[in-house]
Amino acid sequence: MLSNLGNALLFLNVILSLSIIYIANRNMKISGGIDKNVFQLSLIQSTSIIICFFVLIAAFIISDFSLITVYQNSHSSKPLFYKIAGTWGNHEGSLLLWAIILTIFSFLFLIFNKEHPKKFRLLTLITQNILILGFLFFILFNSNPFSPISPTPLEGLGLNPILQDPALAIHPPLLYVGFVGSSIYFSAAIASLISNYSEKSFSQSIKNWVLISWIFQTLGILVGSIWAYYELGWGGFWFWDPVENASLLPWFAMTALFHSLIVFEKRNLFYFWVITLCLMTFTLSVTGTFLVRSGILNSVHTFASDPARGVYILLFLSVMIFGSIFLLFKKYKRENYYLNRNSKETFILVNNWFMMFYLITVLLGTIYPIFTDALTDNKISVGPPFYNTIIFPVVIIFLLFMALGPKAKWIKNKFDNIKIYLLIVFGAVSLNLTIIFFFKSYSMLSNFIIISALFLIMSSLMDLIKALKKNKLDLSRIISHTSFGFLVLFIGLNDIFSIEKDYNIKLGETKKFESYSIKLQNLDLKNYKNYQAVIGKLEIKNLKSNQINILNPEIRIYDKPKTLTYEAAIKTSLIKDYYLTMSNIDRSDYYNIKFQKKPLMAWIWISVIMIVAGGFIRLFNNAKNS
Amino acid sequence: MQKTVKIIILFIFVFVIGVFYISLTRDTNYNTSNLINKETPDFKVLSFDESGHFTKKDLKKNDFTLINFWASWCAPCKIEHPVLMKLSQAKNLVILGINFKDKNTQAKNFLNKLGNPYDLLAKDKIGKQSVRFGVYGIPESILINNDLIIIQRFVGPLSIEDYKNIIGIIE
Repeated sequence: MLSNLGNALLFLNVILSLSIIYIANRNMKISGGIDKNVFQLSLIQSTSIIICFFVLIAAFIISDFSLITVYQNSHSSKPLFYKIAGTWGNHEGSLLLWAIILTIFSFLFLIFNKEHPKKFRLLTLITQNILILGFLFFILFNSNPFSPISPTPLEGLGLNPILQDPALAIHPPLLYVGFVGSSIYFSAAIASLISNYSEKSFSQSIKNWVLISWIFQTLGILVGSIWAYYELGWGGFWFWDPVENASLLPWFAMTALFHSLIVFEKRNLFYFWVITLCLMTFTLSVTGTFLVRSGILNSVHTFASDPARGVYILLFLSVMIFGSIFLLFKKYKRENYYLNRNSKETFILVNNWFMMFYLITVLLGTIYPIFTDALTDNKISVGPPFYNTIIFPVVIIFLLFMALGPKAKWIKNKFDNIKIYLLIVFGAVSLNLTIIFFFKSYSMLSNFIIISALFLIMSSLMDLIKALKKNKLDLSRIISHTSFGFLVLFIGLNDIFSIEKDYNIKLGETKKFESYSIKLQNLDLKNYKNYQAVIGKLEIKNLKSNQINILNPEIRIYDKPKTLTYEAAIKTSLIKDYYLTMSNIDRSDYYNIKFQKKPLMAWIWISVIMIVAGGFIRLFNNAKNS
Repeated sequence: MQKTVKIIILFIFVFVIGVFYISLTRDTNYNTSNLINKETPDFKVLSFDESGHFTKKDLKKNDFTLINFWASWCAPCKIEHPVLMKLSQAKNLVILGINFKDKNTQAKNFLNKLGNPYDLLAKDKIGKQSVRFGVYGIPESILINNDLIIIQRFVGPLSIEDYKNIIGIIE
């Protein structure tokens, strides 16, 4: 029953999309406002795709195993929350979520941009609906979440236990809003090129959408990292895994985009660059999807691969890329402008160069293994050393520019108070030396990173004081930039001051190192609804302060499907995290424990949240001013 | 000048998409399927009760032999165990279990608890013999015929589909 209903709604959406394209196209040729039917159809379209998604959620809730997707990804004994999360925890369901976001953004863009030219709005709508159609066909013919299975199995195959985590339930939707949200400015860029709408006001039509997708993308990446930290059990939060990289690529493009939009809005420069970035962001999102879902890259993310799927997405991607390139080449006009080397415009351009540098580095690292495999039959993998060596040294210069750029004036700038900057550099260096003096010394590179991060933080805070005096406050920028400085600082300090110890330990045994002792006090076996757990009780004692912490790492044995996972025990405080994992060693009564002390972890997360907060404030201000 | 740049950009994209397309048709996972249709490698494994050794010759008299690599510490081995139990009822199939880097008592416990599907049982304490078969991780199973040619390899736990597949081949 649900299968038929779902399929009917999907077909309805195809028809609605086609009608919108037809009516919008006809409407463009006649004068007057936008046809009322277009609005109505868009509203119906959004409503029906949402209902379609609810049908799928319902199938998961009532465990309707007559649908293959539900059968493969759910189980009747799963907690309700994870049944629901299972809806988008798989390939088919997540594609439906993509279609929803495409559709809702299409509708919202239409109703929120009344002051822009009719042709531009309609063309955006048409382009967006072509994208929607592309996805709907993909869903219907290749990845249909409503495909029935007969005879109906009695029980489902379950949801991967590693995915049964609250962070991971919200991680994909956040990321998808970011990924797919970028489609709307892709469509707007195409529309702008076709309708020759290249005035400054074009930036107003897209800037909030860029911000929204950027905010969600950043949050999505954050939640994913938090999940990796808590769940994967090795204490890190970033792997440079291809799928993580795939989420980072559009992020770089978005960040570059909303910075260059500032210039475009203010000075009407860089129009074609802005358009290129708009097109690039969504293209990179789809490329990321292709890499992940086609299975041509191996990664920790567990989407099953299917060559037919890959061929379809690749086809879709090719049409997008060559369509965009064709249009861009056709409309491209050389922009003649003179940029003063010392001006805000130049600084923002420099930001864009950095973003492109990072983007290209990560892109190359991600797809290089595919190239070597396809062209030379060599299987290689590009790991953290590649990214760390290339990216980190460049971060130093990036942070300096980030500190100076916002202070520059438009058109022609003069840095008059060089003394103050020297003072800040002096302050940053001495603070760095203080850290070394009280704690321990670290590598030259780390020194430079810490100093430049401190420089950015201090000069941003100085901006804040100045702005408060003049009552001309750009709070969003100051918060985001300062927080980025803090983020780099905390990551740096965390890396420098982490301690990691590995022991084989027996029940009742105590191990000592530095100023700590660890004792395995007890082991407990517990039965839960869908798993069994061996729970260790370990006492961590700080021998200096006599402070005692009890940590309970677990070894979990899930039933459906049968999987063993190691749950880290983490004690978070504002200053440091204790991170402990335990695994059994076969054929012995020893347990292997890995203890880590990771300073300032919480502040890494907080910094990212503050970066996002800056984005929110900007979005809020934009809404207030318009 | 501008034209050259355009052509270069276009060329880069065609190239990238071309490579993506080629990659789609390739298997990126490590696999041992190239060993199919090759002759079984020479091997000599100690029987589980340490009373003697098994070699290739011992398998020649069987119509079909399934060599299964397993261990008591391997969770997926427990998953495939019911499939092996079912296979053990097939008439013209001999199952040789090679206990991989395991402890005797735990391996015995494993079989006592879950049943023993193996007609022949051997052990490979240090995993050296298994490498001859290209086995790095377990469970892995290899189906050979009486000419000692490898017909099929199953990397990972045997599924019901694999069961049907094997039954289809041996009947």
